[in-house]
Amino acid sequence: MSVLAALEGMDRLSGGEVLIAQNVAFGVLALAMVAAALRMVTTRNVVHAALYLVVVLAGVAGMFILLGAEFVGVTQVLVYIGAIVVLFLFGIMLTKGSFGEDDGVTGERRLVAGLVGLLVFGVMAAALVESFEDAELSRSGPSTTAELADSIFSDYIVPFEAVSVLLLAALIGAIVVARRD
Amino acid sequence: MNGSLTLAVELAWWQQTGIRALVGLLAVLLPAGTLVYLFLFKMMSFMQSRLGPMEAGPYGSLQLLAEVGKFLQKEDIFPRKADRWVFMAAPFVVLISTFLLVLVIPAGPDAWFIDVDTGIFFALAVSSISVIGILMAGWASSSKYSLLGALRAAGQLVAYELPLVLAVMGVVIQAGTLNVQDIVMAQATGEIFGWGGIGNPFILTQFLGFAIFLIAVQAELTQPPFDMPVAESELVTGYLTEYSGLRFLLFFIAEFATAGIFSALASTLFLGGWYVPGLDPTSNLFNVLGPAILLGKVILVAFLIFWFRFTYPRFREDQLQQLAWKVLIPLSLVNIVVTGILKVVF
Repeated sequence: MSVLAALEGMDRLSGGEVLIAQNVAFGVLALAMVAAALRMVTTRNVVHAALYLVVVLAGVAGMFILLGAEFVGVTQVLVYIGAIVVLFLFGIMLTKGSFGEDDGVTGERRLVAGLVGLLVFGVMAAALVESFEDAELSRSGPSTTAELADSIFSDYIVPFEAVSVLLLAALIGAIVVARRD
Repeated sequence: MNGSLTLAVELAWWQQTGIRALVGLLAVLLPAGTLVYLFLFKMMSFMQSRLGPMEAGPYGSLQLLAEVGKFLQKEDIFPRKADRWVFMAAPFVVLISTFLLVLVIPAGPDAWFIDVDTGIFFALAVSSISVIGILMAGWASSSKYSLLGALRAAGQLVAYELPLVLAVMGVVIQAGTLNVQDIVMAQATGEIFGWGGIGNPFILTQFLGFAIFLIAVQAELTQPPFDMPVAESELVTGYLTEYSGLRFLLFFIAEFATAGIFSALASTLFLGGWYVPGLDPTSNLFNVLGPAILLGKVILVAFLIFWFRFTYPRFREDQLQQLAWKVLIPLSLVNIVVTGILKVVF
């Protein structure tokens, strides 16, 4: 796993080459993401929390680019930073008139949130370790967008269409819920 | 701008990066200054039967430097209840979006900053970062005008991002690639029914896409007739209300630099970019001529954008949203379907 290799301080990928620049970049991104994630859940200001989330998501995009998944990284920026966080901010600003500290955020459900967080971490870590074990990251360079498109529309066409239908259903559901008449 | 330009000297990585950063700064500031002087100062004045700036330099050409000097001297004012950090960071978030945008535009066969495979998709993704900066500015100012302006801006930018992306899809389908350099090459080496005299600039086949792209760009720049977010008769200047001095200048530069870069994107996607007919597109000459040709096309496209800006009155908020959702998006979807069918047929 590339992530663990980076933590050990050297990538031993085929031929004993050490990827210093990648490891430094990973360290900087990881530190920034962890710090921003901690501030996001501890700050009492909802808008600040959303802005810290932007830093975390930008870090994720950077990670994808480090791993050579350029298209996924750019999609991360377009969908999460450009659309979802903007909707968060939009919703917060439309519904909440006050500026500064928000008394409503007390963190009373901290315990439950922590448990859910641990559970998600456990499931994802187990899934990653289970499926990759000690496989090494391929050194064949970044994957091109054309290859990605080919595999989505040939090998993964059924899951892709299923997700599309799911999103369409969610969209129609939202309109039905929002309409009063 | 990169090593493959067969220079006499081999440049180290940091030297190349340094040159790229300097040229990038130039590529952001030069078109911005050109557009402000040519169109905002002079064209608008002539359209309104006045001379515009005439004192600083010949025909007022040094007025820009005077303006920058004026803004730099002004006091840096924070509203008392402002959220200082967010207030300070907001103009830089908008500027980051502008600087990332300029990276994908090629100015010659070897004169590019980064040759990314996702090309135009990358450009559209980073252009959406500026919305965060605008929302930050509006919220942190703790002023009702700023907040209303930012909310209007966000609603408008999100709505017009869709036609912007969908209009580009037609070009991408026709060129068969997202890479901006390859899109230019596809136009330079293209043929119109077997005749390759002028290549195949996509404005001929994608005129609808070009028109939708320009309208969406106009809205993305929050310029009249889409300037509800900064409507001066209702909101002072919207999310910019509380900004002064250098911070206002940063927003101002970002706005006009983005206008220049979107014009460059439009020229690259629809007008053939750095290519002019009659020369071999791989010739080294284009590495020298390319930037000038591109700047010429940018001025041409920006002329259209600013002509609309100075001519039309403001849309009402509901008309503005209706235009995006009920006219532009369906039209661009039709454009995609027709382009796809024709691509398969021919």
